[in-house]
Amino acid sequence: MKFTEEHEWLRVEGDEVVVGITAHAAEQLGDVVFIELPDEGTEVVKDDEVVVIESVKAASDILAPLDGEITEVNAVLVEEPSKVNDDPEGEAWFFKMKVEDLSVLDDLLDEAAYKAFIS
Amino acid sequence: MSDLKRTPLYDLHVALGAKMVPFAGYEMPVQYSLGVMKEHLHCRAAAGLFDVSHMGQVVLRASDPQIAKAGIERLIPQDVMGLEEDRQRYGFFTNDTGGIEDDLMFANRGDHMFVVVNAACKDADVAHLRAALEPDVTVKLLENRALLALQGPKAETVLAEHHPMVAEMRFMDVATVPLAGAECWVSRSGYTGEDGYEISVPAAAATDLAKALLAHDDVEAIGLGARDSLRLEAGLCLYGHDMDPKTSPIEASLTWAIQKTRRAGGARAGGFPGADRIFQEMADGPARRRVGLKPEGRAPMREGTMLYADESSDAPIGIVTSGGFGPSVGAPVAMGTVDAAMASEGTLLFGDVRGKRLPVAVAKLPFVAPGFKR
Repeated sequence: MKFTEEHEWLRVEGDEVVVGITAHAAEQLGDVVFIELPDEGTEVVKDDEVVVIESVKAASDILAPLDGEITEVNAVLVEEPSKVNDDPEGEAWFFKMKVEDLSVLDDLLDEAAYKAFIS
Repeated sequence: MSDLKRTPLYDLHVALGAKMVPFAGYEMPVQYSLGVMKEHLHCRAAAGLFDVSHMGQVVLRASDPQIAKAGIERLIPQDVMGLEEDRQRYGFFTNDTGGIEDDLMFANRGDHMFVVVNAACKDADVAHLRAALEPDVTVKLLENRALLALQGPKAETVLAEHHPMVAEMRFMDVATVPLAGAECWVSRSGYTGEDGYEISVPAAAATDLAKALLAHDDVEAIGLGARDSLRLEAGLCLYGHDMDPKTSPIEASLTWAIQKTRRAGGARAGGFPGADRIFQEMADGPARRRVGLKPEGRAPMREGTMLYADESSDAPIGIVTSGGFGPSVGAPVAMGTVDAAMASEGTLLFGDVRGKRLPVAVAKLPFVAPGFKR
């Protein structure tokens, strides 16, 4: 698993990258009550605002961690946003994306580096 | 947070795992380990304990209690003279243009009047009271007492274990009650829409009392986050958001809080700042009015969301003044000020959320049934 300084995690599955937010981010956000996901097939550029996530406290944006195409979204989160608090690094992934070259993930934080970043 | 003040319960909040944030010049708990959602739901299901010691507790005394009551009546549009001993009422300071300077609770405690005001306004309120009422009335801001609120359907049984007298109190009664070995001033009131009590306790005894209440299985500590969602669902105004110095009580839909005796034609009509505008709006109707708002989708409409009559018009007809997710409603809820013509229940409006016009209906307040013991 790889991490960004925007508190996203990325996991490679075949030729796709699965993206979600970290347990640390979910805890900081508090109870999640609303999620807006992008359309499948959307072409995104790194740092595009792709997901809106609202907790009881505030609204935040999730940025695209890489350039690529959104291939699948986890629509169940729209009905059950609280899953983000229950299982942020497992069941509550946000979207899958296809990127041209998976080696761009090498530049992201590994788990130890992310832990150091948030501590 | 070095310039921030702390309440007498600060160490207890930290020990309970609270997340502390700056609020109105104080370091206050925004939530504890349960989190806003569970704290909110617990308060509606059982009982919640809130530290509201940042609020201003003010004692007004005069040689004759009637002088203090008459003095307060000159500053607020409420019936103070007619408030019986051991009773409390909700009110607000108005300004010369009929806007609201702060809202407050005032109680007739026999030989003195006891007033509770918002933390952010307390210094201004005390200065206002002193300028208007001294020397006939002495105005004392109490620095040596904490203020706790115990709210929820189990509040009565919990507090009655400490003194049975509190079970006999009705909504808005006030009494002096010994609790945890200290002289407490208790009112049966609160700002959550639930039954409950507000307890003024000497600062030195506050932590012991809070711990004793929290020791009960039904009681959880509740932070400012859930306090806000609870009062929003209850349709209660938050000063500086749903009302301000430009908003009249009529626009804020607080006409109910102006007793008949102070209204046009009443025995003691007028005589408070801004009476002209307030009476005119009561007669002719205000140009805009605070209403409940129920977004039809799942997206919360937060404070500042502009409201429109349809999906395309350029000119907004209102604005959200408080909004978020209502845990007990299970959906987003909001309040806002809208043009009077758009203020009737069921009117469909559109809120601009991130550039999209989303449907929102004018809704009846409160969003949850009140639990007051009348």
